Amino acid sequence: MNKQRLKAKIIKYFLQSCGSLSIIIILLIFLFLFKEALPFIGSPGLNELFHSIWNPVSFQKEEFGLYPLITGSILVTVLATIIAIPFGIIGAVYISEVATPGEREFLKPFIEILAGIPSVVLGFFGLVVIAPLVKDIFGLNTGLTALTGSILLAFMAIPTIMSISEDAIKSVPSAYKEASLALGASKLETIWKVVVPAALSGIVASVMLGMGRVVGETMTVMMVTGNAPVISMNPFTSVRTMTATIAAEMGEVTFGSHHYMALFWVGIVLMLMTFLLNMVSYRVLKKYGMIDK
Amino acid sequence: MKSKRTGDKIVFWMMRGITYSVVLFIAYILLDILLHGLPAISWEFLTGDPEKSGAEGGIFPAILGTLLLVVGTIAVALPLGMFSAIYLTEYAKQSKFTQTIRMAIVTLAGVPSIVFGLFGLGLFVITLDFGSSILAGSLTLACMILPTIIVASEEALKAVPKYMREGSLALGATKWETIYKNVLPYAMPGMLTGSILGIGRAAGETAPILLTAAAFFLPELPTSVFDQVMALPYHLYILATQHPEAQKILPMQYGTALVLLFLVIGLNFVAIFLRIRVRKKYKW
Repeated sequence: MNKQRLKAKIIKYFLQSCGSLSIIIILLIFLFLFKEALPFIGSPGLNELFHSIWNPVSFQKEEFGLYPLITGSILVTVLATIIAIPFGIIGAVYISEVATPGEREFLKPFIEILAGIPSVVLGFFGLVVIAPLVKDIFGLNTGLTALTGSILLAFMAIPTIMSISEDAIKSVPSAYKEASLALGASKLETIWKVVVPAALSGIVASVMLGMGRVVGETMTVMMVTGNAPVISMNPFTSVRTMTATIAAEMGEVTFGSHHYMALFWVGIVLMLMTFLLNMVSYRVLKKYGMIDK
Repeated sequence: MKSKRTGDKIVFWMMRGITYSVVLFIAYILLDILLHGLPAISWEFLTGDPEKSGAEGGIFPAILGTLLLVVGTIAVALPLGMFSAIYLTEYAKQSKFTQTIRMAIVTLAGVPSIVFGLFGLGLFVITLDFGSSILAGSLTLACMILPTIIVASEEALKAVPKYMREGSLALGATKWETIYKNVLPYAMPGMLTGSILGIGRAAGETAPILLTAAAFFLPELPTSVFDQVMALPYHLYILATQHPEAQKILPMQYGTALVLLFLVIGLNFVAIFLRIRVRKKYKW
């Protein structure tokens, strides 16, 4: 009997340690980002990160200002979110409230496919199909702009926004709907004036999760936004995001150099931004019982 | 009253239009790559080595590299994710510790892929000195898809009704015997299909392996887990953006994109198909 109890204990502890693996990995991620980035504080100093020129490879003076990269990421993310919101939310409302069951069976897995397309394939498609279109439609010199990246990223955010908004809409008690219909409101009025407002916080959370995905997206933006590290809020210019900077420059950098450490700081800023977006939406979804406690 | 109804109908049609425009966009991507990619696919393309820095020849080493990375990732992430899910559904009680685990899983799911790359570079490539290798790449990808596998496995475990456990426990089986013999067999198909989606993601990711495993061109196939590999997504990225004659080798790019898409979406279809079958087979 005792032996059996020991065995049960061992199994429990083994499973528990597997369970805590996620915590360990998160801690390790933070640890290693800071471990590689930390010597930067001594020389050349943290101040070097807070200005507006990113020019890490130079014979005169290397510049590690993060501002152009941060504004690049923000511009692309905000544009992508603006494009994704109508498609994501209206799609979610349509699928959960209007579509027939047969349509739903088709639409849901089909849109899931979009989430499964590798980002490098989407970037390639953007490069050969969307960028020339953007160039022609707006009469630009190059199609590799913030707008091109945003269009593609919007389509990466749509599946996230759609599926989580749909869950939020579904979790609205049917009594609300019945009461509204019984009072003489039409189906459309019920949807937009009762159901959607009741699900609003879940919908907002879904948009934030979608934004989290967009901020962190690397390959697509690297391939289609033109990668010019300039501060600009004009969607028709080339920009360079934080993710693309890391991916493009890490391959050519000397380990332990200032440039190398600066790239890890970019990673830290990126990590904190997505962490914040995810935590807020997690709280909201949890409050409304959409995630088990 | 009647005009209100027509107004409603128009709005519903507009909503339908917006939803289906997303469907059209997806269909357009898939068809564009399929139609341009198919002519490039040949036996030689699939089994040959790249020549003239990818402008001619085949992509066999890249296919093999991606498959090796995926197998390595599965070998690490699948058991760990499943055990983790078993702990969370069968053992964990409502506590601060459990909540912290759940929070960590959500956070991990939101970490950008390039940050996983940095992490893998710092830990596996440099600190543990695996170098840029299959091992480092697989471990990095495994960390990345762990949350997907945990969440999918948990759902499958929760779908097994309580009485299956109670019956076994009442007959004197221990907790582990119950899980092992009366829960896992029924949850396993669900756990696997859910996990396939995560595995598909690992196959298509570029950013993490960029820093931890991939090389554009290698003269020889890898012989150990400490070797660098070529990989489909990285190959496509280089051909499309870094190649001096990127415009001229469009068919090679489309061909590579099609093979990658086929691999990833093929996995998704397998998962969806299995899910439908499993649902029909097990009904409680």
